[in-house]
Amino acid sequence: MNMSNIPGANMNDKSPDMRENKQTNSKKSTFFRLVKYIAPQKLTITAAFVFAALYVAATLILPVLIGKAIDLAVGVGNVDFKNILTLVFIIIGISLAGTLFQWLMTVLTGKISYKTAHSLRRDCSDKLSKVPLSYIDTNAHGDLISRVVSDVDAVCDGMLGGISQLFTAVITIVGTMVIMIRINYIVGIVVIALTPLSVVAASVIAKLIHGSFAKQGRIRGKLGAYAEEHITNQKLITAFVRESEAVNGFKKIDAELYTVGEKAQFYSSLVNPVTRCINALVYAAAGISGALLFIYTGTVTVGQISSFLSYANQYTKPFNEISGVIAQLQNALASAARVFAVLDANDEIDDGTETVSESKPELIFDDVSFSYVKDKPLLTNISLKIPYGSRVAIVGPTGCGKTTLINLLMRFYDVNEGKITLGGVDIRDMPRDTLHSKFGMVLQDTWLFSGTIRDNITYSKPNATDDEIREALKNSYLDGFIRRLPDGLDTQIGDGGGEISHGQRQLICIARVMLAKPDMLILDEATSNIDTMTEARISAAFEKMMKGRTSFIVAHRLSTIKNCDMILVMRDGNIIETGTHESLIEKQGFYYSMWNKK
Amino acid sequence: MQKLYTYMKPYKKQLIAGPIFKLAEAVLELAVPLVMAEIIDTGLKNGDTGYVIKMGILLGVLAAVGLACSAICQKSASIASQGTGTNLRDAVFEHIMKISHKEIDKFGAPTLVTRITNDINQVQLLVAMIIRLAIRAPFITLGSIVTATIISPSSAPIFVITALLISIAVFLIMKTSLPYYSKTAKNLDFISKLTRENLTGARVIRAFSGQKRQREKFEQANDEYNKTALTVNRLSSLTSPITSLVVNVAIAGVILIGADKINTGSLSQGELIALVGYMQSMLTALLVVANLVIIFTKSIASWKRVAEVLDAQPSITNDANAIISNIYNLDNSAVEFEHVTFGYDESDKTDNALEDINLMVKTGQTVGIIGATGSGKSTLASLIMRFYDVSRGSIKIFGNDIRKIDTGALRKLVSIVPQSAMLLSGTVRDNLLWGNSSATDEDLWKALDIAQATEFVSNKPDKLDYYISEGAKNLSGGQKQRLTIARALVSKPKILILDDSSSALDYATDSALRKSLAEFMPESSKIIISQRVVSVMNSDVIYVIDEGRIAGYGTHENLLVSCDIYREICESQRISANS
Repeated sequence: MNMSNIPGANMNDKSPDMRENKQTNSKKSTFFRLVKYIAPQKLTITAAFVFAALYVAATLILPVLIGKAIDLAVGVGNVDFKNILTLVFIIIGISLAGTLFQWLMTVLTGKISYKTAHSLRRDCSDKLSKVPLSYIDTNAHGDLISRVVSDVDAVCDGMLGGISQLFTAVITIVGTMVIMIRINYIVGIVVIALTPLSVVAASVIAKLIHGSFAKQGRIRGKLGAYAEEHITNQKLITAFVRESEAVNGFKKIDAELYTVGEKAQFYSSLVNPVTRCINALVYAAAGISGALLFIYTGTVTVGQISSFLSYANQYTKPFNEISGVIAQLQNALASAARVFAVLDANDEIDDGTETVSESKPELIFDDVSFSYVKDKPLLTNISLKIPYGSRVAIVGPTGCGKTTLINLLMRFYDVNEGKITLGGVDIRDMPRDTLHSKFGMVLQDTWLFSGTIRDNITYSKPNATDDEIREALKNSYLDGFIRRLPDGLDTQIGDGGGEISHGQRQLICIARVMLAKPDMLILDEATSNIDTMTEARISAAFEKMMKGRTSFIVAHRLSTIKNCDMILVMRDGNIIETGTHESLIEKQGFYYSMWNKK
Repeated sequence: MQKLYTYMKPYKKQLIAGPIFKLAEAVLELAVPLVMAEIIDTGLKNGDTGYVIKMGILLGVLAAVGLACSAICQKSASIASQGTGTNLRDAVFEHIMKISHKEIDKFGAPTLVTRITNDINQVQLLVAMIIRLAIRAPFITLGSIVTATIISPSSAPIFVITALLISIAVFLIMKTSLPYYSKTAKNLDFISKLTRENLTGARVIRAFSGQKRQREKFEQANDEYNKTALTVNRLSSLTSPITSLVVNVAIAGVILIGADKINTGSLSQGELIALVGYMQSMLTALLVVANLVIIFTKSIASWKRVAEVLDAQPSITNDANAIISNIYNLDNSAVEFEHVTFGYDESDKTDNALEDINLMVKTGQTVGIIGATGSGKSTLASLIMRFYDVSRGSIKIFGNDIRKIDTGALRKLVSIVPQSAMLLSGTVRDNLLWGNSSATDEDLWKALDIAQATEFVSNKPDKLDYYISEGAKNLSGGQKQRLTIARALVSKPKILILDDSSSALDYATDSALRKSLAEFMPESSKIIISQRVVSVMNSDVIYVIDEGRIAGYGTHENLLVSCDIYREICESQRISANS
């Protein structure tokens, strides 16, 4: 049953990028998908919209009430105190309500946005822990990280702005127009007629800003890259007394940045003054048309003019907000599409249930074929029988597929044809964790996470005792180094956590495996960064560990694998020779020539 | 902060003109409600159309002149702030190039890059805001209060109390939320770090069945971020509602008092409208002030980080009468270490990296240095380059104490091929000219010859003009290494240090390199640092370093007999006495 669906799954895993393109097809579908994501918070959203509407209503009604109150105070002896007092109470009441509504609206939108961001982020991270390794290997890490971090942030920002600002801005504009026309349609029309002015001004400036900001971004990037390169190599620069050349190069780009940056800043700083100017014109127009109407027709009151002035004062604000929010929303949708593309990746298949009952299982490669890319065959028809306790070396020139064999063994990739069995059980029929727990692995690329050295060493065995840790440290020749660290085992790794060299990092990885004492060992160029003397000492410890265990050793230094039980010689993706050192030398084949070249 | 001013100084003109024009705009803005009050009280009440139109035109003119004034201000601001930023960036970069390894180690390159980019941008923003808003916003606030007082003295208390209440509210909200802002930034950084870890460590995590643990870690970080973000949101979303509430209540108060005044004839209806208008502009201005305070706090923190870099004194400095020339002579040894002890960390908590080292390199000699990972070999090279000063003892170069030699002159005399083969983006020629900017192409090819690099460089499409990308990703490890060797050779150094710099070369290339070095640079002293016995075994003298101390020295044959560690190293590399 497993056999039939795994090759199919493998096909899907091939090129994650291709699948992505298909799914980022339309903004519309992204939007609806995002809506689906927010849907569980239906109630909160409805509430947020209701509060937003109420808040806008309150803000819009206030100038009317203020105007009415002013109208009741015409002149000496002509002041209607009773009604003014009532109005004042209403004004205070409404502004209290408005305040509450506005606060609730913002808090609720925040809740919706952050909750959505939270679940998007969690789902992305979970997804990345479940996707097949091919996905992680073929996608740039920086890109995936920015999807989990910045893109989710952009979606969150877009929602914050989209729900509160866009919605309120639109109803504010509509509401203002309706009220102005209802108070006095002539003055209202005068104000509305000036609307295109603000729209045009906003879009012209936006264009100027966009162009110059894009240029500024490019040069900032250039300057950042230059600074990065030269600061990280500062020691090298001082060694060659090249400081002044480096400084001159920097100044040149910095001067470029000045020219572009100054323009960008100037354009963007024009937004507010221009808005203020247009506002002032709208304000003047409202005042004058109101005044003239008052003089000629008497259809307008002073208080109403006051209301108009209040509206005019705030009139261009929502327009600016909308143009800002729309850009943000487009941004958010593009980001959401990128996030969804990650979520659409297929999971690694892990539906095995069988366990290995034998205590000393034999490992068999049964007619295994595999390739990373469909049309480029790599391993073909490999059959191997590895009895328990064997020491197997994998050798061959760079890029010959040594690491691929390990990828298959650990089931980081699944075979295309044939099968790998452990103690008679197809490794695809057992849970991945079960398979992995049988192996201990040290790779050439040392991976340590930020945390203390202790955290990193006990990663393989979280409940290890201090004695066990001490023994692992001793066997990996780390104890001396750790003693010289001010914080010993509790020294932080990463983030300026002291000078831990490549070799020392590798030793930590070795200690990690030594602590776990797994059934089988995989050493993929495990000592490539370590000096030969330490290597010789560690080998002794490995030797002790490997006794009675199956081990795989990938090495480019042939001298280190001479004593192995079985040497697999690989070339161009295939195993071309197998045997012991002696038999291979005798054979005078590829291994023989490699041995002589060394 | 005073130091910041030195970088702003060239823009004195803009720094003065900007705020003045901004002030002018603010004055005009404050005049608008007054003109409107006139329109209502004079034009309206008298039915004077001409007056209304005249005042209307005045309003239009005020708006236009206001726009012109603020455009001038904005231009001044962008020139001055961008200029200050540029000056500051140049100065910081120059300073970074000046400080010594110790300071670089202390800061770490990533934060220096952030400081020179993001932090200076933030400081730049500060300068712009000082010009644009620092004068305007407080002025509008004060102006509103003053004008309102002139119109109606009894409204003054309402204005002052309103301004105070808003300031206090905004200040309190900001003060409580600011720490959360930096916390969210930190939380988010942590999330991206975890994600990176989970991706780069995918194989190891899965091999140790650590997915669940990693997921829990992420979940925790994600929850933490969410919690902080929601707190910030709850706090910061208070600002706008609370301030508008205060203003609206104040307007209600103004109306009540105003109605009373109108009744007694000490206030006109138009003036009441003006008072309401001033209340609204005061609110806008105060909110700007609040924003300014946030920008100020952030910028000052940024400036402090920048100033910290500028204040970092290089630990290695040149003596006023440092020796610049005539250092090279044949009378003395090229390099001499006398009881040198050195520790990276000055506190006594850790062992010293080097302890009581005595070492001598005679002119023209080849000296090998061998030892395990972390034994202190590279530190020794750094000391010869005077990247660090010794803690105790002394180092002499051609008989002169290294601390009395100009570092530039020293580093022209001594060339190093560092352990990590780094080249900068640029052509092969650009990189090679580092050793000597006036070298001819012939010199370069000669150096490439010795470094065994001629063949691959001449196979590149543009040969010496072949462009090396950032991080030299378009070259193999061995090619990079050979180019770094050639780069060091171009300067024809009197002392050449090869710090484990043939690790990526195969045995044949490595030995060809050593042969041509001996042949073409007989007068130069060579120090070869390596883990490989074959690289050092033919040296005149070999020093064996173990845990920061010299464990033995002598020729290969001597050491095989006298030094256990050396013998052990040889055995681990399958090298016997007669090989």
